[in-house]
Amino acid sequence: MDTPRSDLPQGTLDLLILKVATLGPIHGYAIAQRIQQISRDALLVQQGSLYPALHRLENRGLLAAEWKESETGREAKFYRLTAKGRRQLKSETEDWHRLSAAVGLILRLSDGESS
Amino acid sequence: MTWWQRLWRKRDQEERLDRELRFHLESRIADNIRAGMSEEEARRHARLEFGGIEGVKEECREARGTAWVEATVQDIRFSLRLLRKTPAFTVAAVCTLALGIGANTAIFQLLDAVRLRNLPVPNPEQLARIQIRNGPGFGITKDFYALTYPLLEQIRLHQHAFSGVFGWRSYDDVRFGEGAQARRVRGLLVNGELFPALELRPAAGRLFNREDDRPGCTASGVVLSYPFWQSQFGGRTSAIGSKVMILDRPYEVVGVTPARFSGLEVGTKFDIAAPVCTAASASPEDFTRRDFFWVTVMGRLKRGMSLRRASDQLQAISPGILEATLPSGYSAKVLENYRKLRLEAVPAGNGISSLRDQYDTSLWLLLGITGLVLLIACANLGNLMLARASVRQREFAVRLALGASRGRLIRQSLAESLLLAAAGGALGLGLARALSQSIIWFLTTENDAPQLDLSTDWRMLAFTAAVAMLACMIFGLAPALRSSQTEPGAAIKSGGRSLTEGRERFSAQRVLVVVQISVSLVLVVGALLFVGSFRNLMTLDPGFREKGILLAFFDTSRLKLPDAQAKSFERQLLEEVRSIPQVEAAATTTNILIDGGSWSLGVRAGSVEDVSKFTWVSPGHFKTLETPLLAGRDFSETDTATSPKVAIVNQTFVRRVFGGVNPIGRTFRTSPEPNYPATEYQIVGVIKDTRYYNLRDQPPPMSYAPADQFPAGSASAMYIRSSAPLAALSSAIQRRLTASHPELGMEFRVFQKQIEDTLMRERLMAALSGFFGALAVLLATIGLYGVIAYLVVRRRNEIGIRMALGASRAQVVGLIMKDAALLVAIGVAIGAVCSLALAQTAASLLFGLKTYDPLTFLAAALALAAVAGLGSYLPARRASRLDPMTALRYE
Repeated sequence: MDTPRSDLPQGTLDLLILKVATLGPIHGYAIAQRIQQISRDALLVQQGSLYPALHRLENRGLLAAEWKESETGREAKFYRLTAKGRRQLKSETEDWHRLSAAVGLILRLSDGESS
Repeated sequence: MTWWQRLWRKRDQEERLDRELRFHLESRIADNIRAGMSEEEARRHARLEFGGIEGVKEECREARGTAWVEATVQDIRFSLRLLRKTPAFTVAAVCTLALGIGANTAIFQLLDAVRLRNLPVPNPEQLARIQIRNGPGFGITKDFYALTYPLLEQIRLHQHAFSGVFGWRSYDDVRFGEGAQARRVRGLLVNGELFPALELRPAAGRLFNREDDRPGCTASGVVLSYPFWQSQFGGRTSAIGSKVMILDRPYEVVGVTPARFSGLEVGTKFDIAAPVCTAASASPEDFTRRDFFWVTVMGRLKRGMSLRRASDQLQAISPGILEATLPSGYSAKVLENYRKLRLEAVPAGNGISSLRDQYDTSLWLLLGITGLVLLIACANLGNLMLARASVRQREFAVRLALGASRGRLIRQSLAESLLLAAAGGALGLGLARALSQSIIWFLTTENDAPQLDLSTDWRMLAFTAAVAMLACMIFGLAPALRSSQTEPGAAIKSGGRSLTEGRERFSAQRVLVVVQISVSLVLVVGALLFVGSFRNLMTLDPGFREKGILLAFFDTSRLKLPDAQAKSFERQLLEEVRSIPQVEAAATTTNILIDGGSWSLGVRAGSVEDVSKFTWVSPGHFKTLETPLLAGRDFSETDTATSPKVAIVNQTFVRRVFGGVNPIGRTFRTSPEPNYPATEYQIVGVIKDTRYYNLRDQPPPMSYAPADQFPAGSASAMYIRSSAPLAALSSAIQRRLTASHPELGMEFRVFQKQIEDTLMRERLMAALSGFFGALAVLLATIGLYGVIAYLVVRRRNEIGIRMALGASRAQVVGLIMKDAALLVAIGVAIGAVCSLALAQTAASLLFGLKTYDPLTFLAAALALAAVAGLGSYLPARRASRLDPMTALRYE
């Protein structure tokens, strides 16, 4: 059996993409691989859904894209974080931490009450 | 990159998107193979992991923010391709729509021109017409707005609500120029406040102000309309200051009104305008007479003054104004009525218009009629589109299965409708111009050519766009929804293969056909009612002869006759006319029948008081018009100015004043009016009732008196009967009279033509409603035919089986016809109910028919059923000719 997988909460895919893109110019397939690897296969990302997110981020100016030769020698579209994207990543990461801390706190509290 | 740049590089974008996704998949496949899968398995895995490629692409396009534009462009391209593939359908659809939309737009254009358009003056909403509110009474009928000049002056003195009160009168034919160059133009007499209050800027020179209009003004100026300035003076500024002759008097051209200003009366134009004071020397009594209503009065509201308050103020000052303008020479009872009149202000920002009063209801009704025709046309198109949608059901199913969204399919289907509607609308707009022009041409008579500004304005464009959109929604929405409701699996499997077709699949088409038939019935009933009314009026016996009668009008002003000779000259003219060989009979009159004119006097016989029409005629009048003399005698040469006053009255007079007993030898007395002193008349004859001012109204009490006893001048018109062609007759008369009286002005009209021209509105309604009714039936029949034929095709298998099992041809025809008959019956029933309700709105336009005329309804239903029966019989017969074997094999 595989390890149990979780669906990605709404909106977090953008955050993950931005984070992965900090590593430098990277193409779509590599982003998908990275997310899979880093999350140790715990997250279920339908690979197709990555691309609309990439295009959306590019459209918002958070990512910039260019066509370059990939490691296999074929042309691929590489994405990199823009300055605007970096700022967005920072604020979204902070938001995420605040949110998860708050949710964790609530969950711990109610755990304490019930025990 | 901005979105439009991206759009520009769309092809590029698509290709890149494709490459990007392919790169992903191929990398994955390569990795999978490296992990030990077979190529087949690697490919399958990669695709599963990835999800639907088309869906992802669609989402990516949407994410780029240009999706809607791209999709629209794509939809339109695709629709264009589809439409090009079926040119017959496209042409038929666009033409149907163009006709429907064009007809609607044309009628709207006319409505816009006579009703909605504001006058081209600053702040037209501040303009109000000042009129008497509680007519009729004292000779004021409901649709007559003029006031007396003393009333205008009193209003100007006492009102506080208006910054300016102005009045004018228009004249149809004013002699302009001299000698052979003379021509007739339309003139306006305006008071000095008119142009200042309208705040018009002259196109050249200056316009009149209060200084130009002073009592006894001597230096006479004239203002030209812009078109007249252009046509007569070539638009030269040197025209200003030049002298022109008007009615044989010199006038100096002082200025030109702005190009867009064509007067305050919509439907007429003016050529020249002069201050009222210039007419005062020619007819001073017009300005002092308190019983002569001739000046139309309007005012510009003061800033911040509401129409309501202005109207209230006018009403409050009415008693004082009326008391100050009390006419003399009337009985106390008439004066009591005069004192009861009240003034009011009504909105006049869009000018005043007799066309509006006359055609308002007709135009709204016509707009309704053309709207219904468009509805039927849309229902037809809707049916065609539905049929197309069913044919394309498999295509839709495949696209749905491949991940296209339902919304996208609806949009695509609507794009096709939208294209058709847009093409139809654009074509319709062009058609509308031609249609509205021809309606105006239709309404143009010898004496009256409506002058309307038919330039395209934003209202018309908005209307056309709205109608086209609405049409698109009506015929495009059902097929669009239908296409999106396809169940991919079921549709792919079943397309055209079942043995029998479920009824529900055609419910939309059935509903559309029922709508078409019921709407058609409404239009046919309307058409029959209007045609019937027109026929009733045309065949009505007015009580006199109108065929072969020439009307002659004489202008003796240039003969400079002393008043005492006027009557003898009139007799002399009549004798000369009678001596012309082709003339069978001739008579003079003070009033032509059925031309809208009217003259009445109060009459009293014993204790009975009434009002009677009064006409002064020469002996032979009744013989000329072939009006039967029921009792007594005609006037004769012995009835002179000095002999006892005698009268001939009509049957209605006898009934109302004498209770129906023989009145010969009895007398009645008229109540006094200025120029018409109280007179006792002895009745010497009774004539059969005839129509008086129009063909519609029942005859009023009428009295005739001898022309020689006419107290106010001389008769101005002549009836001339002849069996010769009237055109030749009029030139013969003209030659003869010009030879003996070179200065005599004369004009001829054909009596019958003039009477028929009064039925212009009825003729228009009959012609247009008849045309649209026939069009509606045709369209509905085509619709029914289409649906039944389509039904037959879809039920081919079933029919084949029935025939194979022994059903006869008649049974098959019956089977199909039963279906059609049900639709027609429901449609006719609904249509009849709607017609009953809608006919009420046309009640005022009908004549001699009730709005629920059973014969009309029956005829309409039968005609529609017959045509519809034919429309469904043809496909039914074709169904019965099917060869069962071919039918069963057909897929």
